[in-house]
Amino acid sequence: MNGIPISHILFLSTALFFIGTYGMFTRRNLITMLMAIELILNSVNINFIVFNKYLWPGKLDGVFFTIFIITIAAAEAAVAIAIIINLYRSHRSIDVEDATELKW
Amino acid sequence: MTASQIIFYLIAAFILGCGILSMTTRKIFRSAIWLLFSLIGVSALYFWLQVEFIAAVQIVVYVGGIVVLIIFSVFLTQQSGTEMPKAPRKRMIASILAVLFGFAFTFSLIYKNNFKAGDGKFDSDISRIGDQMLSTGEQGFALPFEAVSILLLAAMIGCIVIAMKAPTHQQAASQAEPKENEGNISAKPNAQ
Repeated sequence: MNGIPISHILFLSTALFFIGTYGMFTRRNLITMLMAIELILNSVNINFIVFNKYLWPGKLDGVFFTIFIITIAAAEAAVAIAIIINLYRSHRSIDVEDATELKW
Repeated sequence: MTASQIIFYLIAAFILGCGILSMTTRKIFRSAIWLLFSLIGVSALYFWLQVEFIAAVQIVVYVGGIVVLIIFSVFLTQQSGTEMPKAPRKRMIASILAVLFGFAFTFSLIYKNNFKAGDGKFDSDISRIGDQMLSTGEQGFALPFEAVSILLLAAMIGCIVIAMKAPTHQQAASQAEPKENEGNISAKPNAQ
């Protein structure tokens, strides 16, 4: 389809996923960690669309999963940013190393 | 190599390059802008795959919503020009190794698996998506649709409650006093 084998598109989404994972591992700032999560969710969305288009072209289930994932990602980002702003008010910092009250 | 293939590889290089820059640059505002370009690239990929509705939703929600929200929170919480501290060398090497190993492992699995292409024509017409989204029949998605809408409402109320500025002690006292006076005034005639 379009001359591109499915494994090349899966290479793209896998690489995007692990770039996001690298960001999760190395960053210690809450906002940049949130950006890493957005990249990971995007790679998952690409996978759903590609599997739907290449393997089950007659159905639309992957498209619906993508729509629901985008919705939940929006809700998650909004809640996360509300928490980050509240954390900044009380700690004057959004570094995960500074928020250790709940650490056992 | 046809034009369609060249466009795909250009889009893929654009997405990956912007993604890597977004995760490695040390200025947080630039990181947000690279993320914006990476998300635009993903929506271009959806256009290339001919799922126009998802591409439009991607632009509206991610580029127009989430990235703007992230940029606002960067403005609210820190100096956007300052550089973030560098990760320790040990952690950086360990995470690069972990990521490379994970990528090689996953991609070798993908490469060995021969996917069988399905038959039929892919048709992501918007009217078809809308019909199936709101139908209650066998293949309908009406229940998840309602569940997600309730989730969004709950998230919205939760955000307002979390981010609302809690009144300080003095403010709370000064707000409460007039009400007590009113109560006394209205209570007095009853007592008399």
